[in-house]
Amino acid sequence: MSLHQLTAHDLLDVFKSRQATPKEAYDAVLERIKAVDPKVKAYVRLAQHKPEFKGEFQIPIAIKDILCIKGEETTCASRILKGFISPYDSGVTQRVKKSGGTILGIVNMDEFAFGSSCETSCYGPTYNPWDLKCVPGGSSGGSAASVAADEAMWALGSDTGGSIRQPASFCGIVGLKPTYGRVSRYGLIAFASSLDQIGPLTKDVRDCALLMNIISGYDDRDSTSVNEPVPDYTKALVNDVRGLKIGIPKEAFVDGLDAQVRRSVEEALDLLKKLGAIVKEVSLPHTPYAVATYYIVATAEASSNLARFDGVRYGLRALPSRIRKNALVDMYEETRSKGFGDEAKRRIMLGTYALSSGYYDAYYLRGQKVRTLIKNDLDEVFKDCDVIMTPTSPTVAFKVGEKISDPISMYLSDIYTIPANLAGIPAISIPCGFSKSGLPIGLQLMGKAFDEEMLLRVSYTYEQNTQWHTMKPKI
Amino acid sequence: MAHYETENMSDFETVIGLEVHLQLNTKTKIFCSCANQYGCAPNTNVCPVCLGLPGTLPVLNQQALLYGIKAGLALNAEISPFIKFDRKNYYYPDLPKGYQISQYDFPVAKKGYLNIKSGGLEKRIGITRAHLEEDAGKLVHDNSGSFSLADFNRTGTPLIEIVTEPDLRSPQEAYDYLNTLKLTLQYLGISDCDMEKGSLRCDANVSIRPRGQTSLGTKTELKNMNSFRAVKMALEYEVRRHEQVILAGEKIVQETLLWDDEKAQTRTMRSKEQAHDYRYFPDPDLVPFTIDYKTIDGVRAELPELPQAKFARFMSQYGLSEYDANILVSDSGMADFFEASLKEYPQAKKIANWLSGPVLMELNNRKTAIGGLKITPAGLVELIAKVEEGVISNLAGKEVLTFMLDEGKSAEEIIKEKSLAQVSDDSALLVIIDEVIVQNPAVVEQIKSGKPNGIGFLVGQAMKRSGGRANPKKLNELITRRITGA
Repeated sequence: MSLHQLTAHDLLDVFKSRQATPKEAYDAVLERIKAVDPKVKAYVRLAQHKPEFKGEFQIPIAIKDILCIKGEETTCASRILKGFISPYDSGVTQRVKKSGGTILGIVNMDEFAFGSSCETSCYGPTYNPWDLKCVPGGSSGGSAASVAADEAMWALGSDTGGSIRQPASFCGIVGLKPTYGRVSRYGLIAFASSLDQIGPLTKDVRDCALLMNIISGYDDRDSTSVNEPVPDYTKALVNDVRGLKIGIPKEAFVDGLDAQVRRSVEEALDLLKKLGAIVKEVSLPHTPYAVATYYIVATAEASSNLARFDGVRYGLRALPSRIRKNALVDMYEETRSKGFGDEAKRRIMLGTYALSSGYYDAYYLRGQKVRTLIKNDLDEVFKDCDVIMTPTSPTVAFKVGEKISDPISMYLSDIYTIPANLAGIPAISIPCGFSKSGLPIGLQLMGKAFDEEMLLRVSYTYEQNTQWHTMKPKI
Repeated sequence: MAHYETENMSDFETVIGLEVHLQLNTKTKIFCSCANQYGCAPNTNVCPVCLGLPGTLPVLNQQALLYGIKAGLALNAEISPFIKFDRKNYYYPDLPKGYQISQYDFPVAKKGYLNIKSGGLEKRIGITRAHLEEDAGKLVHDNSGSFSLADFNRTGTPLIEIVTEPDLRSPQEAYDYLNTLKLTLQYLGISDCDMEKGSLRCDANVSIRPRGQTSLGTKTELKNMNSFRAVKMALEYEVRRHEQVILAGEKIVQETLLWDDEKAQTRTMRSKEQAHDYRYFPDPDLVPFTIDYKTIDGVRAELPELPQAKFARFMSQYGLSEYDANILVSDSGMADFFEASLKEYPQAKKIANWLSGPVLMELNNRKTAIGGLKITPAGLVELIAKVEEGVISNLAGKEVLTFMLDEGKSAEEIIKEKSLAQVSDDSALLVIIDEVIVQNPAVVEQIKSGKPNGIGFLVGQAMKRSGGRANPKKLNELITRRITGA
C-alpha cells in the first residue's frame, strides 16, 4: 500500500517504526492530490503555510473552507468572501496544529454550507470519487471526497443538518457529528449557530476516535461550548455489542427510501443482532416535521449570521454603474446580489421572512417549539435504548445536476440526519454496503448527548465484522 | 386669534418618555477582551470578535452584567433572574455584524422608578426597563461627501439603556430627571455619564393631549441632542410644534426627528413607514442562564448610599441647610470629602461652608471635580483651623487655599512663605489704629457721642492698612478701648 492510502492510525505506526517520516507522508498525499484532484476537485486551494512537522499526530489533514485558519484565505465557497485572509485560527485548527496536524489545504463545500451536494460552491462542484458523474454529498463534500479519494488521511467538516454524515455516506467513509457543545465553534463561520457542529470525516472508526480526541474540549471563547471532561475515545473501541439496545424508528422506513439502501441497513441490523445486540422498534412521532422545522430555524439564524457580509470591511465590495437609491444602499445591494449564489439568497429570504414582525410567532417560535417536541421524542427513546439506527440518507449519491433545480427534493435528502442537529445529540455515519451501481451506502447511529463513546463502540464492532471500510474507489 | 391660541395651549398636557443610553465603565468590552477605553487612535482598540469577523463568537463580560444589576437595583427595579440576549438586526456600516446584541423580552431590570424633585415637588418617574447591549462603532464623514470612514474602537462598549414610562409632564421635568439619573449612576460608579464623550446619550419621545384625556397623543421621537440643555430645548421646540400643528387642525405624523442644535429646530430623519423591522430573536451564540438571589443580594450589599438618602441624612445628622446639603451631595466625591473632613474636625457647618463656598469656587475656576484638587480632607481641616484660631483672617484663608491648590503645599507652609499670618500683636496694631483715629476725627466724635456704628468703619480702614492681615476681632477690641476707654 502507498502512504496516501493508509488510515491515520496506520500512518502513526509507520512513523513509529520509522518506515516513513511525516514530511514524506505529507508529500505523498500532495502528490496524490496532484494526480487525482483535477478529476475529483475536492480542494479549492492548498495551504499557503507549510507545516512545521512537529508534534505527536503529524497527520495530513484537509480543512473545510468554513474554518478560519490564520493567514489562509477562508471563503465558505462564496464569492462574497473571496480575498478574506483570516487573522486568527479557529479553535479546532488551533488544536489540530498543536497536535502536530499537517494541513494540506482547504476543501470545497456548498456555499455557506447551504446544500447537500457541493454544487452551490462558487468554485463549481466536487465529484464523487466512486462515480465522477455523481455528487459527493454536502455540504462537506470536499472533506468527504478528499478522504475517500486518499487525498487526505482525514478531514474536518461541519454539520448543521447532516453536512458531515450525508457526504460521508455518499463517499463510503466515516463521519461523526459530535454533541452540540463538544467541539468549539470558535472560528467556524456560522450557518445556523444553534445547530452547527464541527466533526471528523475519516477512513475508519479508529481514526474517528483519534481525531475526536484532538478536536474535542471546552473553549472559553465559545459560550455554547460545554465544560465536560473529554474521555479518550479510543478506549471506546470495543468489539462487543452484546446486550446493547438498538432502537429502530418505525417512521424511518417509509416512502422515498431507496430499496437498496433499505436492504443494506436491514442487513447491518441483522448482523448487529447476530453479534448480540437487542433490536427494538421505537417511535419518533414528531420526526415528520423535522425538515420543515429545520428549514425555519436554520434559515432564520442564517439570515442574521450572513448580515455581516455587507462589503464594508472585507471580501467582495461591488458598486452599481449608476446611483439607484443612495451610495450606501446601492453598495449593500450590489455586493450581496453579486456575492451570494441562488441558494444563499433563497435561504436569506426564507429566514428573513420567518423572523419578520407578524410572522415570528407563526414560524420561528413555532419552529422552536416543534424542535423541543422532537428532542423530547428522542429523550424518551433513549430512556430504553443505547443508540438509534436509521439510514444516513434515503438514497445513494445522485447525479450532478439532478436535484439542483429542485430544492425541496434536495432538502429531503437530509431527512434522517436533521433530528440529531435539532436535538443537539451526536450521530455517526458508517459505510454499510454498496448499490448495484457501485455507490456507497451509509447507516446512521444517533446517541445520547455526550455519549459519542457508545456510537464509536457500536460502529467499531460493526466495522470489525465487515469489510466495507476497506473498499477503495478507482479514479 | 393670538388670544384664542394662548387660551387653548394651556389646555394641552405634555407627555414625555426618555431613553437613556449609558456606557458602562467596565475594564473590558461587553463581549470580548478588548480594553473599554475612550480616545484611542481609530481602529486600534479592536479584535476579531468586536470587528465581527467571520467565525467569531461573543462571550459575556460578567462585570457588565453586575453593573446592569447594580443600575437596576438603584432604580428600584425588579432584576430578571433569567438572563438572555437577543439580536437586533439592521444594516449600518458602524455595526460590523449586521446586528446588535441586545436584550429584548427579558431586560436585566424592569418595573422600577426614580424619585425626582422638580419645581420644588417630589415626583416618582416610572422606569419601564433597563437592558444591556453593545455599542456600535463611529462613522467619520469626509467633508467633500465622497466617503465615510468607520472607527470600530467603540464597538462592543457595554451599554445600559434605561427607558422611562411616559411619566414626564414637561421639558423641565425631563431635564430634572436626567440630572437625578446621572447623579444616581455616578454614585454607583458604573459610568462616567459624560455626554460630551458620548458615554451618556438621550433620545426623547414626546406627545401632547388635551388635558383630561387619558389616551396618548401621536408621539414623535427626538434624537441627536448632545446635552441635557439640548434635550430640554428640543422638547420645548417640539411641544410648541405639536401645539401649532394640532391647533391648525392638522395631525401629528409619527416620525423620528433629529435635533439641530445650531438652528435650534428639529428635522425629519425617518417616518413610521420607514421604521426598521429589527427581527429580534434570541442570540443562539449566548446561552441563556439564571442568576441566583445570592448574586443579586451580593450586588445589593455593595450599593452605596444614594444621593437622595445622603441628602436627607446630611440635613438631619449634621444640621446642614438644604443649600449646603444639595451642593455636597451633587458630587459623591464632594460628599465623601465632607465626611472625611468631619472625622478630623467635627464642625459640620464650618466645613460645609468652606466646601460650598471657596472650594466650590476653585472647582468651577479650575473646571475639575474635587478628586482633581491637590488637597486632602486633613489639609482643608488644617486651613480651617488656622482661620478659626485666628492665625489668619477669613479673607487670607481663601488666598491660602488658592496657593495650596496651585502649589500642593500645606496651609502652614503657605502662611509662613507668604507671611499671611494675622497680626494680633497689640503694639503693632495700635500703631495702625492711631493713624486711623487721627485721619477720621468726625467718626471718632460720633462714636464718642454714643453712636458705635462708626467702629466697623474704622476696623475696615485699619484692616486695609494692614493689608488684610490684622485680626479683625482684636482690631475691634483695641479701637473701642482707645476711643471710649472701655
